[in-house]
Amino acid sequence: MQTALSQLGPVIVDGIIYSAWLFIAAVGLTLVYGVMKILNVTHGSFYALGAYAGASLTAAWLARGYPPMLSYAVLLAGALLVTLVAAPVIERGLLRFMYAKDEVVILLVTYALFLVLEDVIKLIWGVNPYFVAEPYALLGSFEVGGLKYPTYNLILVGLALTLAAGLAWVLRATRVGKLLLAVIHDPEMSRALGVNVDRFYLVTFGLGCFLAALGGSFTAPTVSVVPGLGVDVIVLSFAVVVIGGLGSLPGAALGAVIVGLVRSLSVHYLPQVELFVIYSVMALVLAFRPRGLFGLAEPRKI
Amino acid sequence: MKKLRLATLGLLAAALAPAGVLAQQPVKIGFVMFLSGPAASPFGVPAKNAADFVVDELNAGKGPAPYGKVGFGGSKIEMVGIDEAGPATSVVTEYRNLVQRSNVDLVIGYISSGNCLAIAPVAEELKKFTNFFDCGTPRIFEDADYKYVFRTSPTATMDSVGAALYVKEAKGSVKSIAGLNQNYAWGQDSWGDFEASMKQLAPGVEVKTSQMPKLFAGQYNAEISSLLSAGADVIHSSFWDGDLEALILQASPRGLMDKSVTILTTGETAMHKLAAQIPDGTVLGARGPFGPYAPDNSYNRWFSKGFEARFQAPPNYASYQMAQAILGVKAAWEKAMAANGGKRPSNEELGAALERLTFEGPGGTVRMAIGKGHQAVMETAYGMTKRVGGKLTMVNVKRYPAEVVTPPDGVKSADWINGGFKKK
Repeated sequence: MQTALSQLGPVIVDGIIYSAWLFIAAVGLTLVYGVMKILNVTHGSFYALGAYAGASLTAAWLARGYPPMLSYAVLLAGALLVTLVAAPVIERGLLRFMYAKDEVVILLVTYALFLVLEDVIKLIWGVNPYFVAEPYALLGSFEVGGLKYPTYNLILVGLALTLAAGLAWVLRATRVGKLLLAVIHDPEMSRALGVNVDRFYLVTFGLGCFLAALGGSFTAPTVSVVPGLGVDVIVLSFAVVVIGGLGSLPGAALGAVIVGLVRSLSVHYLPQVELFVIYSVMALVLAFRPRGLFGLAEPRKI
Repeated sequence: MKKLRLATLGLLAAALAPAGVLAQQPVKIGFVMFLSGPAASPFGVPAKNAADFVVDELNAGKGPAPYGKVGFGGSKIEMVGIDEAGPATSVVTEYRNLVQRSNVDLVIGYISSGNCLAIAPVAEELKKFTNFFDCGTPRIFEDADYKYVFRTSPTATMDSVGAALYVKEAKGSVKSIAGLNQNYAWGQDSWGDFEASMKQLAPGVEVKTSQMPKLFAGQYNAEISSLLSAGADVIHSSFWDGDLEALILQASPRGLMDKSVTILTTGETAMHKLAAQIPDGTVLGARGPFGPYAPDNSYNRWFSKGFEARFQAPPNYASYQMAQAILGVKAAWEKAMAANGGKRPSNEELGAALERLTFEGPGGTVRMAIGKGHQAVMETAYGMTKRVGGKLTMVNVKRYPAEVVTPPDGVKSADWINGGFKKK
């Protein structure tokens, strides 16, 4: 057995990489919940759609011999494309008629949509796997503690930091962010004061879905894109978001970091408990803070 | 009025039906494999393609000798295909439907070991001849006896024992091993058998780490780091499908396969799709003498050439296992017919004919030698990848006879391995 300390570098790096991936995959879920009080199960579908779109567009891009360095932009474009096509249809065509209904009903509606979209994905892309390995190896690798890591992982970390900073800035420091906070606190009053709440809902839902798709498309180069990709993501994202507190942006970030580091520690030092450790952290947090680390008590409505 | 019309139609149909239809009733076979879900693309669809190909060839009387007779003993084969996906309870319900509503003559199918374990007692209860073509767990015939249940593919014991023999031989001395397997029956059994075999073959071998991530976890950076820093001589993985492909994509750029001899026991299913990403020197298994390890015999030439021409992709091990399953039942069917004077065999006669039968297929000789004659044994093979002229080929291929990698009849796999692979 090697000394436990010599592994510490890789443990932290693995933890940070996994946290970054988790944050990108989960942040859209907390955003949509925070603004619209919808637990959006189609989040997993958008992750899968993003992965498929990213993989197939990038593969086509590379097959035509276009510059491989721009493939990262193509991954981004893939996520944007599926969101622009699918999100407005779902929000305007179905969800907006459900807002008056109970949260549980909306949850079931998005779950049904998730099942439908799983089959839509199979109709479009079939059951065979898609690969775009090139972007993963393109940037070379760096070393920590004698272990090689593809530099692509740093893109994920950078992306996560950018998203976190960007969202925090929009919410805290812009006029749109202030209006959004008003909508979150009281949609009816905001509407009475002339805020276009419908548009806020559409944009928020679109943004949440785009973040999921972005997570999918930037994961595509490291995995085999196969049917069922979105199922596990929704479970993990939910765990992260619940630990942090549903609807809280810093909560999602902290949740991702905790889960990432705990998982990495267990993989390195105690692999037997890896499967169990994420959910035991979740249970522990909920036992002491039932609304999650950053969860706010909801103002009572009359 | 309506009744009359129906009656006329019936008469008309009877008159139009060619003579001999009643005498030559088709053999209705239920085929069950994953047609959706993650196991569809690596196993289910290649197996279904193999069934389509073999059945069409046999119905046209174009099978290689001695499989040249049309269909099964002159009766054409009618396929009833169903999806294996879903929880075990619904798989059992679908099986009952197949037997009791669709009235199939026999069933060939099942990829998941869990499903095989669930189906076997039901097949026995319904007295329906059922041949498992792919699932791996040795427990089916080690923990129970069946009259109507057969498996014409070898068990997974062979994959783990063969893997241990191969790495021992390739590496000379193995001082440490590490594993990366999925946390469910298949992954745990595969690793358990491999670890036990290595402990027999290389006494004092150190287990550096055994990683068991969740099935379909997808992200393996931390596991790969742990394996890299463990620096074991040999790394064993029974990952399959998307997980296998993700592992290759994430591990190759980090040099895992360069640092340790890495054995991927089901690696053959990814070998064509990820030819560019699998580094030289990776040990790949095909769960038997299939795919790149299949012998050059007339059955293999007929099967692999015909399959590739029809589906534009080479058959993988699941395809071979399916072809072998159909040919084995055909051999038994025709043997039973010869024994009963050319009549259509009952399920009991068919079973009696398949028991302890030896037949040839695209993977070579299959002997129904263990599990009281209900479980097949075959030789197995492992090899290392090497890029030759841009094409991934297998070199240093070692073949292991069935007796070396399979326990004798009546001995449980785990006891046999822990007892030092004793012959009876």
